[in-house]
Amino acid sequence: MNSRVLFVLCAFAALLAYPWVGGKFGVDLVNKIMIYAIFALSLELLVGGTGLVCFGQAAFFGIGAYATVLLSPTAEAGSLCLLLLASALMAGLYALVVGSLSLRTKGVYFIMVTLAFAQMAYYVVHDTPLGGGTDGIYLNVKPAMGQLIDLEDPLVMYQFTLAMLVLTFGFLAVLLRSRFGHALAGIRVNEQRMRATGFATYPYKLAAFTLSGTLAGLAGFLFAVKDGFVNPEMMSWHLSGAVLIMIILGGLGHLRGALIGAFAFALLQELFKSEAVFGALAKHWHLGLGLTIIASVALLPRGLVGVPAQIRERLIGRSSRRAETPEVNHER
Amino acid sequence: MSAEAILLRGRHITRRWGGLVAVNDVSIDLALGEVHAVIGTNGAGKSTLINMLSGEIPPSSGSVELLGQDVTTWSQPKRARAGLGRSYQRNTIYPTFTVMENCRLAAQAAWQQAWRWWEAASTCVNSTEAARQAAHSAGLTPYLEQTAGLLSHGQKRQLEIAMCLATSPQVLLLDEPLAGMGAEETERMLELLAQLRHDHAVLLVEHDMDAVFRIADRITVMVNGSVIASGTPQAIRDNAEVQSAYLGGH
Amino acid sequence: MDLATFLIQCLNSVQYGLLLFLVASGLTLIFGIMGVINLAHGSFYMIGAYMAYALAPVVASTFGGGFFATLVVGFALSIVLGYLLEWAFFSFLYEREHLQQVLMTYGLILVFEELRSIIVGDDVHGVEAPAILAGTLPLGDIMTYPVYRLFISGVCLALALGMYLVFTRTRLGMMIRAGSTNREMVQSLGIDIQFLYRVVFAAGVAIAVLAGMVAAPVSSVYPGMGSQVLIICFVVVVIGGIGSIRGALLAAMLIGIVDTFGKVLLPQAAGVLVYVLMALILLWKPDGLFKAG
Repeated sequence: MNSRVLFVLCAFAALLAYPWVGGKFGVDLVNKIMIYAIFALSLELLVGGTGLVCFGQAAFFGIGAYATVLLSPTAEAGSLCLLLLASALMAGLYALVVGSLSLRTKGVYFIMVTLAFAQMAYYVVHDTPLGGGTDGIYLNVKPAMGQLIDLEDPLVMYQFTLAMLVLTFGFLAVLLRSRFGHALAGIRVNEQRMRATGFATYPYKLAAFTLSGTLAGLAGFLFAVKDGFVNPEMMSWHLSGAVLIMIILGGLGHLRGALIGAFAFALLQELFKSEAVFGALAKHWHLGLGLTIIASVALLPRGLVGVPAQIRERLIGRSSRRAETPEVNHER
Repeated sequence: MSAEAILLRGRHITRRWGGLVAVNDVSIDLALGEVHAVIGTNGAGKSTLINMLSGEIPPSSGSVELLGQDVTTWSQPKRARAGLGRSYQRNTIYPTFTVMENCRLAAQAAWQQAWRWWEAASTCVNSTEAARQAAHSAGLTPYLEQTAGLLSHGQKRQLEIAMCLATSPQVLLLDEPLAGMGAEETERMLELLAQLRHDHAVLLVEHDMDAVFRIADRITVMVNGSVIASGTPQAIRDNAEVQSAYLGGH
Repeated sequence: MDLATFLIQCLNSVQYGLLLFLVASGLTLIFGIMGVINLAHGSFYMIGAYMAYALAPVVASTFGGGFFATLVVGFALSIVLGYLLEWAFFSFLYEREHLQQVLMTYGLILVFEELRSIIVGDDVHGVEAPAILAGTLPLGDIMTYPVYRLFISGVCLALALGMYLVFTRTRLGMMIRAGSTNREMVQSLGIDIQFLYRVVFAAGVAIAVLAGMVAAPVSSVYPGMGSQVLIICFVVVVIGGIGSIRGALLAAMLIGIVDTFGKVLLPQAAGVLVYVLMALILLWKPDGLFKAG
């Protein structure tokens, strides 16, 4: 079995087993990280898969979260399936609108436009009564699927999140091997050649953008349900930056990079926030984070996923590095 | 001119950029079984012309007809699917993919079926077969599993052509395929072009004059955006205006 | 809305627009000449504002100077800062992909914000306008308009004009323009392109810092101001069209009007209006108002 597939399967097995060794805090933290991993996977489809650098992914995440709370009934448990679908679709709808307006642009311009549209969504929930303002809104009762799935139980919530993560990962792995996924890869490498060959590239990009937004909305749904609370900071551009860093840190072009990156980022955050390690400087944890971001972009061009190869190159020497057969399709 | 099928017809094509006229009233016909070369100095408008024929830039005025249809307003992908292939002066191959994958991805344009998301692309029989054919036509069969980025320059240019052929176009617009090639590689490419001539209408933009005069059936000479002469290689060689403007008194 | 109020809002729009234009110019300058997208540009604006607050007492006690002396000192410091930053950090970004530049400068924002937090704290501060400019001009019978705001507009106009003249009339400007289109050729002509870039970068930083200093009495000094101005600058560039100075000016003015009148007429929607404007313009012109030129 492929070592990469093995790695991913082991990771999922470890996540499944974790609640038996982790305490309450640990389970809550890992649950949060898994949600970030889904969020990161959604962006990986765009950036690593299609070459579209979006700096506004938090908008779709936030819309998924806000939709969950706003569409939930006030006094009883909403339907899990319906809410999940509705939230994800609302996020996807905004992605469709933003995509159609911004995908005609390229490069830096595209980065700026996506950031601006995310800010638009931020201001809607921040300034207008729709979003409950800076205080945010509470989710009174978590959605349930009859008696089967009760998300008030942290363990069930954890397992549900894990299930969603595995499904998302599997779906993207299959998608990126399909004709659609290969077309996206071609667009990423050389859009001109794709057009010259006969691919109308705009519909592909728009589809990828919309799908990516929908998956980010799914992550938002999970986040809202887990904490029972949403606030405008879920749409902050700092979150857009954070998820971008996650996939770079993990390694672009690899689905498992999104997983690794989400964990690395979240753990780094916890480290820098820890007063035990940093004492008084802990409240200025953004400093450590900022320096880490700069260092990792500068020193780890292929992200953490590329570290084994980098070490191998150092040890064995560049000349005898065997030419790796790169895969067209996304590596898992 | 005998009754050859004219597969691509450019009529009175003009392109203006603000006050500058890049291409001025150029008409050009590409016939099946012919290599039609377009030569001219830098800035003569050759790139702009080829871009308008392929659909990357719209003409300011004039029309383009492909296989009998007016495609002037058609986008490049649409023209490509209708049978127009284009290769570029600078390689547009995918360096991290294998030769096979390069060709297969290009071939996929004819069988996109993007909605079948659960099927792996490599299982697509049609595109795989078309890719093999295209690679074979370009002489790349021994290199199918090679990473494209590791090919020699000449082989990369062959791959550029192969990707062009993957969707079985009838018209080929080739932009300086010989760019940067040594003598041996040029020979191979010229053999390839000679073979392609049989089933295609080929437009060749080139700077290598020896190669052009060897392979072309018709030559059009452009200077400052306008056509100053068009005819058989011999006629062009004897044309006084061309000699003074371009060939430097042959 | 009566005429006087309308006039006041118009003047405010112009002042805000000119300030935005100035900051956005610095951003576009650095991107246009060196190809670097610098997210930390907003941080320079923030640094300028905090300088106006923090340097004032220092300048007062050492030189006995007031507001203008602080401006000069701040401006000088910012040039040094820009020079050092280019040498230590930004010069490594030129050859990198935009995504890497975005992330590295984003990391830089975090570093700047925290350093500011450690050095000066997170409080909101007010800065006093200097006495000579603290007066008001009469507008009609009842209303008056603060002289200081006119001063801001004046400074922005002067700086913009100055930049224009340097670019189009001086040798330095010619070298800069040449360097942006053909780096190797400029180098082979014996011009030190590294030095050129350093100068351009320092100028970009200094402009942003000066804008922040000058705006401080009006906008007050608070932690989030850097991010806020950065994102609006992005909207300026998006609406105006990347690489277009004309576009940036027109876009900045449009945003100034929409934002200022929006705050007065529709206070709840004020934050969103600028983005709605952007969306509408993109619908009409996907590449912005003007293409590079």
